Amino acid sequence: MIFLQVAAKDLRSELRTKESLNASLSFAVVILLLFSFAFDPSGEAVAEFSGGLLWLVFAFAGALILNRSFARELPNDCLEVLLASPVSGAQLFLGKSVASFLLLLGIELLCLPIFGIFYNITWTPKILPLLGVFVLGTWGLTILGTLFSALTVNLSLRELMLPMLLYPMLIPALMAAMRLTTILLSGNDIGGDDLVWLRLLIGFDVVFTTLALALVETILVR
Amino acid sequence: MSGPVLAVEHVYKYFGDYPALRDVSFSLRGGECLALLGRNGAGKTTMLKILAGLSGAAQGEVKLFGNSPRQATARRRIGLLGHGIGVYDELTAIENLTIFAQLYGVSKSVAREWLERTHLAHVADSPVREFSRGMRQRLAVARAFLHSPSILILDEPFTALDDRAIALLQTLLSEAKAAGRTIIMSTHQLREAMELASHVALIERGKLVHFGPRTPEMLMDPGYVYRTFGAV
Repeated sequence: MIFLQVAAKDLRSELRTKESLNASLSFAVVILLLFSFAFDPSGEAVAEFSGGLLWLVFAFAGALILNRSFARELPNDCLEVLLASPVSGAQLFLGKSVASFLLLLGIELLCLPIFGIFYNITWTPKILPLLGVFVLGTWGLTILGTLFSALTVNLSLRELMLPMLLYPMLIPALMAAMRLTTILLSGNDIGGDDLVWLRLLIGFDVVFTTLALALVETILVR
Repeated sequence: MSGPVLAVEHVYKYFGDYPALRDVSFSLRGGECLALLGRNGAGKTTMLKILAGLSGAAQGEVKLFGNSPRQATARRRIGLLGHGIGVYDELTAIENLTIFAQLYGVSKSVAREWLERTHLAHVADSPVREFSRGMRQRLAVARAFLHSPSILILDEPFTALDDRAIALLQTLLSEAKAAGRTIIMSTHQLREAMELASHVALIERGKLVHFGPRTPEMLMDPGYVYRTFGAV
């Protein structure tokens, strides 16, 4: 379980410096606040765009966390030392993905009550399925984002390159997560035709986790 | 006599069209120490990165204990001290060594032993960012030696070290050599390198122009290698 040690190391580093955590959380809260002024929170339409708004905020806030994932290893050439250790590229990648996933999920769970207050949305009745969608959507975002973080780690424009590579590839997962979140925040259950979105999200996670684990060694050792 | 610990055969490496390494071949056995010499940009660091499995060769083959350097069995036996110190500034000294002990499957108590050995036990729970440069370098040495590696790959290990760290590193390298471990170090500090080296290699523009045992002339006159084998 070496990947858990890598994840614990990343979490400890981040919780001590709070570099990406502070930036990501403040960004998410500010965007939620600003959009609450743009829309009428008492309107019926709020539930319709709630999923879209939340996941766009999570995707942008997530990029701030994901950018740091491999960049954290650049000072003092720590990435070289990790790659020269017996840790495989896949274990290293999985550890970093788990750390970013937990950080982003934490931010999402903090944003949810803030979103409920700003937009007058009751989210508590569907909390368990909502958590399930958050977990699936966040894992898709994290696994792809960590892969691109590894790919762009040595680029000087990595802060720009990561979102440019990530967001187009993330569209299927984002669409599914947005749709499922909207359904749940409108007070409905996921069923019938909507199950296709759930299947899409699970399929996305499985496919990209497998692909990323298979490719990451080639990406890291050139 | 046992087989080579390290075998490098006809290795080429290109950065775009630029040949960083051209047809490099040599081998080392246990207990041998190679001083890898060459001017800046000659290809020393590229060679060491390939040996450590951090970069792949375009052509040719590198075998560490009969395996590719990217195999976990080979990497478990490598101790790497590169240009960077390879420790995390935001973590404490003991946290840094404990992480690497876990990654190499070494007992956590070994981390404490190495802090004692590198005279850092009194700052074990302080973050590395508060350390002086010399203390950071000693921690890097502890990190590289922590898992008793069979082969040490050192990229300019004496550069920017303080006196205490140089003395510590020289002692550890002498002990490692006596214990039958293989050492490869690129360096510009010729005197320190020649004292320790059993073999000397000179790289010029990616080409290995000399590889052989260190001779008494090299020990007495460190510039001898460049004058005798290097391009004028």
